[in-house]
Amino acid sequence: MLQGDLGKSIITHEPVLSEFMTLFPATIELALCAIFFALLLGIPAGILAAVRRNTIFDHGVMGVSLTGYSMPIFWWGLLLILLFSVQLDLTPVSGRIAVQYFIEPVTGLLLIDSWLAGDKGAFWSAFTHLILPTIVLGTNPLAVIARMTRSAMLEVLGEDYIRTARAKGLSNLRVVGLHALRNALIPVITVIGLQVGVLFTGAILTETIFSWPGVGKWLIEAIGRRDYPVLQGGMLLLGMIVMTVNLLVDVTYGIINPRIRH
Amino acid sequence: MMSTSLTSLQIDEALEPPHPLREFWRYFSSNKGAVGGLVIVVLVLLIALFAPFIAPYAPDLTDPNVFLKPPAWQAEGSSAHWLGTDAIGRDILSRLIFGARLSLAIGLAVVTLSVITGTVLGLTAGYFRGIFEVAVMRLMDIILTLPSLLLAIVIVAILGPGLMNAMLAVAVVVLPHYVRITRAAVISEASKDYVTAARMNGAGHLRLMFNEILPNCTAPLIVQASLGISAAILDAAALGFLGLGAQPPSPEWGTMLADAREFVLRAWWVVTFPGLAILITVLAFNLLGDGLRDAFDPKLKR
Repeated sequence: MLQGDLGKSIITHEPVLSEFMTLFPATIELALCAIFFALLLGIPAGILAAVRRNTIFDHGVMGVSLTGYSMPIFWWGLLLILLFSVQLDLTPVSGRIAVQYFIEPVTGLLLIDSWLAGDKGAFWSAFTHLILPTIVLGTNPLAVIARMTRSAMLEVLGEDYIRTARAKGLSNLRVVGLHALRNALIPVITVIGLQVGVLFTGAILTETIFSWPGVGKWLIEAIGRRDYPVLQGGMLLLGMIVMTVNLLVDVTYGIINPRIRH
Repeated sequence: MMSTSLTSLQIDEALEPPHPLREFWRYFSSNKGAVGGLVIVVLVLLIALFAPFIAPYAPDLTDPNVFLKPPAWQAEGSSAHWLGTDAIGRDILSRLIFGARLSLAIGLAVVTLSVITGTVLGLTAGYFRGIFEVAVMRLMDIILTLPSLLLAIVIVAILGPGLMNAMLAVAVVVLPHYVRITRAAVISEASKDYVTAARMNGAGHLRLMFNEILPNCTAPLIVQASLGISAAILDAAALGFLGLGAQPPSPEWGTMLADAREFVLRAWWVVTFPGLAILITVLAFNLLGDGLRDAFDPKLKR
């Protein structure tokens, strides 16, 4: 094991590492979409809540964010299926892509692969399959990021240099969007790094609900089959990835925040 | 002459700080969310305590006449089953009421277990320092590295599925938070004068640790414990949902959701209500925890 050999699955007799590698892109695609979704909504919501402090909008954002933070995402997934797939018939219930499409893997991310292949139908199919899992997996990070952005912005907006910038007569947009946001994003980036663990945890539940062929579902199935080499190897690899990402975040932190660079 | 001394006396009384608990309550009760959280927590607690008297049916009583009956306000529903019945005719409301017992018990048991273990580990690590501290803290770092639910799943996979093992797994997973908080608080307290004074008076290690230092480290622990209950309920429900926690026919909310999954296309109510119960309870504990933190935190007070 120390030589990097994670052994073979008891059930499929495939090496654990190669099984992990074939399934991992699906999880990565889901996790990336989820974190983009969270950032895209969370950061603007947090900024607006901080700028309009103590308004209805602020309380609304904080209320929704606390609800999102408390959300049992396995239930949230079922609820969204109930609403969008069963009632409105807008999105598919499970899987990554409709069965009639086959896309040659290049990057392993179906969204990009189907785009590269120029297959519009496949791209659309992959996209609609992604929507619900992305929302479900992105809910927790979204709540955390919105809260964090708000509190970081509130802190920064009280600083002297913001007053200076305002006194110089800069527009509100410039003060908030440039001077304040740059400094407020530093703690937010740390939080994003910490979300990697949350994303993998959530991926286990999300993939189980949506039959998403990724690493999380594979691990849960491995438990059901008592496939211990898979469980052991998969855990080790996921732990290593989380550790590496956290290390990278620490390094980036030094690059974007010169104050801690010595 | 007399009048001046009287006024100075009145001023002194006005300046006298309010009792700490009273002051705490003032800050806590000015936070509407926190009070709302407290009310819901008390309500859930009462429901759990008096479950057999409130619930209209026994939690595992099946009735072959009413499979998948919709809630009362729907056309086919009846007031005999307010929230409808599940696939084998069990009353959902009754199961939810009994499930409150399980969820609260899980939350309290997990937090008690991890607070006690975490406090003792953090206290000894922060007090004695040295190699013991390094060993404990590195072990906690290892636990923190792995995603929480993932680690809990592995522990359950090794020990075997079941409610007790799931609770144990969640307790292990949340342990590092308590150890770190206690250790940090202990280190900052241990160097203060009152500890030195107590030591000079001849207090032993145990007395210093538990009678002098620990009472001054409780505020962050209480906050973390209250937030920890919500995390524990959520994690245990997730394990139940994955079939690794409480086993059917137990009315645990996560397990109920797992049972209901296959009926999501036909009967929305079997899926909706257990999750709503989890959400409300977890939200209440989070509100309560946030309120406690704000009330304890002197930086935010003024």
